[in-house]
Amino acid sequence: MELFNLFLKAAFVENMALAFFLGMCSFLAVSKKVETAVGLGFAVIFVLFITTPINNLVYQYLLKEGAMTWISEDFANVDLSFLGFIAYIAVIAAMVQIVEMAIDKFSPALYGSLGVFLPLIAVNCAILGASLFMVQRDYTFTESVVFGLGSGVGWLMAIVALAAIRERLRYSHIPAPLRGLGITFITTGLMALGFQIFGGIKL
Amino acid sequence: MKFLRKKLDQVAPIFEKGGRLQKWYPLYEMADSFLYTPGARTSSGPHIRDGVDMKRMMMAVVIALIPATLMAWYNTGYQEMLATGTAVADIGLMAALLKGLGHFLPIYIVTLAAGGLIEAIFSLVRKHEINEGFLVTSLLFPLIVPPEIPLWQVAIGIIFGVMIGKEIFGGTGMNVLNPALTGRIFLFFAYPLQISGDQVWIAGADQWVDGISGATPLAQFYNGVAPEALTTATGAPLSWWDAFVGLVPGSIGETSALACVIGAAILVFSKVGSWRVMLACFLGMFVTTGLFNLIGSNDYMAVPWHWHFVVGGFAFGAVFMATDPVSAAATDTGRWIYGFLIGMLTVMVRVVNPAYPEGMMLAIIFMNVFAPTIDYYVVKANIKRREKRLGLQ
Repeated sequence: MELFNLFLKAAFVENMALAFFLGMCSFLAVSKKVETAVGLGFAVIFVLFITTPINNLVYQYLLKEGAMTWISEDFANVDLSFLGFIAYIAVIAAMVQIVEMAIDKFSPALYGSLGVFLPLIAVNCAILGASLFMVQRDYTFTESVVFGLGSGVGWLMAIVALAAIRERLRYSHIPAPLRGLGITFITTGLMALGFQIFGGIKL
Repeated sequence: MKFLRKKLDQVAPIFEKGGRLQKWYPLYEMADSFLYTPGARTSSGPHIRDGVDMKRMMMAVVIALIPATLMAWYNTGYQEMLATGTAVADIGLMAALLKGLGHFLPIYIVTLAAGGLIEAIFSLVRKHEINEGFLVTSLLFPLIVPPEIPLWQVAIGIIFGVMIGKEIFGGTGMNVLNPALTGRIFLFFAYPLQISGDQVWIAGADQWVDGISGATPLAQFYNGVAPEALTTATGAPLSWWDAFVGLVPGSIGETSALACVIGAAILVFSKVGSWRVMLACFLGMFVTTGLFNLIGSNDYMAVPWHWHFVVGGFAFGAVFMATDPVSAAATDTGRWIYGFLIGMLTVMVRVVNPAYPEGMMLAIIFMNVFAPTIDYYVVKANIKRREKRLGLQ
């Protein structure tokens, strides 16, 4: 039940895209078509689902103060947490490479439509953000699995909703200066207002 | 009447292309189409011979809103008189109506003026027609704000709603969210002290007699009051029937479930509002409350469905807000899903989310956001099914 609550919290209450506004670059750029958005969303879910737990292990057994005592008692005072950013990004970048190769192999069409944004998942703030939240909140391994999955699902939901709205907006008579990114920013803001429905729920 | 038509035809060339005032054509067009059926005809097929156009649709909504509006006047006056020390038996129908009208009218006029100004500016600059849709938005908006709301907030709210909620998306028929609700939700988050406070729901606060509480039934539920123990502003017990008729504190026009049911009948009969959305909203509310009743781990969870139906803005939202044909889901299956989730989320927010006493507004906005997604997948599923039927897959 705890874990289920954590999942709901990560997906809805603390939605990466619409409550923290993380991962905005790809959120805005790859939301022109629903199909592409779904593809990117699942890629993000997958990467989050893998990297958050791995980074959790990295943190718990290598970086945290006294984390390396399992190697030798001499390391009890070693605190490597200043290496956090580099270590997490390295793990994320490696995972993204694997995902990229997998998508290229199994779905070349999706690979083509995601374009540069697929390798850019490596620097997607939502993914690094999830790892950093995990560290900040001191999640256990299981919790970080659930948290990563929940954050990914929430992000997928947000980007698919935005993509569907944008597909509809294609036939709208939007003032010329706002066409494209302008209206997308405003739509994102309005969506975030809608997502406030979950703000304040304590799980 | 002939005279009016003649007069309009007389000035028409001035506003039409090449005329002296052609820039102001939308204003002329508004006056003309407000008074008469527009003369425009479709030039290419398909043609449907029918008297229904956007104007008739919007007018149907306005007519459906009349009971709610009358009830709004009466109840606003009634609540104020009750709170300022008039005995229930002494409250006359006309007196209460007029008193309520005194609160409603300034808000309505500000809404019309501020929202209408934005609408007119946009239509003049962007050269599109001023649409009757604004009549609906401008009547809905005063009905969903508290009676004692400062008028400048009314102006800001409706301006935000019309401009950000509708016009920048291209005007009538292209908005993603319901404009009136967008304005209301903006006020809700921008001025939380005034608009979600516990003392704002009854007018005339400076003349209240002692012991008056402006707490709405929802606020009382939240504090763990059982349905049987609900009280009116003066502390007298509140019956379900009173809540159904709408004699409870709340936003100006949302309190009366009865008026909303009448409005629903008009909307469904004239086929302007979708009965699927309304029914699905109700079912969503019914099922969710049933589940909460079964769990029943706190007092609020035990509140039965017929109370959830009459308190707060549920009925008003389900009938007039959720059915907005532009921002709701457009497919039939989509409407069932959309409505059901609205009902479900409303009860969830009321019971589970301590941050907000009422969830209808947020639930509708949230589902407005997801309506295009629902439609997308319903259409996709339909295509798939047909392909399968034809053996294309």
